[in-house]
Amino acid sequence: MRYLHQIGAYFLMLKRVFGRMTKPKILRKLIFKEVDDLIIGSLGIVAFISFFIGAVVAIQTALNLTNPFIPKELIGFASRQSVILEFSPTFVSVIMAGKVGSFITSSIGTMRVTEQIDALEVMGINSINYLVFPKIIAMLLYPFIIAVSMFLGILGGYVAGVQGGFVTSEQFIAGLTDDFTPFHVIYSFIKTIIFAFLLATIPSFHGYYMKGGALEVGKASTVSFVWTTVFIIVVNYLITQMLLS
Amino acid sequence: MIQVENIQKSFGEAHILKGFSTRFVKGKTNLIIGTSGSGKTVFLKCLLGLYTPNKGKILYDGVSYNSLEEQEQRDLRQKMGMVFQGSALFDSMTVFENVRFPLEMFTKQSKLEMDHRVEAVLKRVNLDGSENKLPSEISGGMQKRVAIARAIVTNPKYLFCDEPNSGLDPKTAIVIDNLIKELTEEYNITTVINTHDMNSVMEIGEKIVFLKEGFLEWEGDKTQIFQAENQAVIDFVYSSNLFKKVRAAQLKGL
Repeated sequence: MRYLHQIGAYFLMLKRVFGRMTKPKILRKLIFKEVDDLIIGSLGIVAFISFFIGAVVAIQTALNLTNPFIPKELIGFASRQSVILEFSPTFVSVIMAGKVGSFITSSIGTMRVTEQIDALEVMGINSINYLVFPKIIAMLLYPFIIAVSMFLGILGGYVAGVQGGFVTSEQFIAGLTDDFTPFHVIYSFIKTIIFAFLLATIPSFHGYYMKGGALEVGKASTVSFVWTTVFIIVVNYLITQMLLS
Repeated sequence: MIQVENIQKSFGEAHILKGFSTRFVKGKTNLIIGTSGSGKTVFLKCLLGLYTPNKGKILYDGVSYNSLEEQEQRDLRQKMGMVFQGSALFDSMTVFENVRFPLEMFTKQSKLEMDHRVEAVLKRVNLDGSENKLPSEISGGMQKRVAIARAIVTNPKYLFCDEPNSGLDPKTAIVIDNLIKELTEEYNITTVINTHDMNSVMEIGEKIVFLKEGFLEWEGDKTQIFQAENQAVIDFVYSSNLFKKVRAAQLKGL
């Protein structure tokens, strides 16, 4: 029953997000700030993780190719498929649920605890629109992060595969381009857009409706991470079922 | 002037405000006092329009908040300034940006006009020179003054303060109390202050409303409160040793 209530409250919050709008001049400033905090601020960690995970995927694929009849091109092929289909859109989103999600929950939660949200409401401002809408708009740039992640993941695989002597450059590139299905990229970006919306709204919900003090802000961040991850994983399954099977 | 008529507010089975009427006078500092759980905060939130009373009316210069359309309610809210207990300054904004925020939100003033207004208000609350500091870089007393500046920057008709001097040392608390009183007279605002600080009562209690368990138990001013016969008021006023001594001296006719 409690979960149903929470889901209902989440959708009511979404209704208010798109309700009475904040002045465009103010919104513009807020959106740029959110782009800086949520997108630009995440590039470094996403680039680092993507490069090395791509490298590890290539090495592990190479080490498991014990059968001489399996062509070495498979290393490039496997790197591409695993990075584009799952690692970049899904697992980077889970990492982002920890990084961006916790940031959103704790910043909005702190505003709740310190009465800053009440101050907005008293002024007659739609506080949910003021706080959440700019985050949703900023997260429309999330596919850019995922595109960077895909590129660096595959680059990491290439560098590790070639420099490690597991595969030649020509073999890796041949595997990379072999049997390429452009729809897989579209599928990934469809997932990414939905995950971006979840990453902006679920942590905002947990921050906005939290009650208590500093300790509860920490708890809300943890709960928000768990639920954002759960929804990403479930939605990932549903979209894959709908689009790929 | 704010007129309250038979206000009642409940949350489920819990009856917080049990029906009382009063009025808050324009150009005066009106204090709501009472012990914890007496309904002060709920009453203040009703006055701010954050809670809707179950019964009764609140009239702002004769206009009932609840009879207004949503847009009119928002317009009325923009005539209200609020100083929160913890100041509630936006911590990502500087002092200057905090004070300019309501002007940016609700007025069509040019940047230059806004900047002039903010500078004037900051000067009025003795904060010129701190414009570029973040709230975390200034003291609690200064934060309260920024909160007051933000509340009055749009020339509100009504100013609400929730325990404005809590967490401040006695000297700074008196400075804040007097600043609120001066601004109330200067801008001719209807000011309502929620407090349980007897020093504030002594300093600025031009109209005092004493709440107990959701009822209005007593009302008067700072001179009348010391002669009050009501036992709840006596218990509240003379709960501190200092005021007990004042009471004892009064009873002895000293």
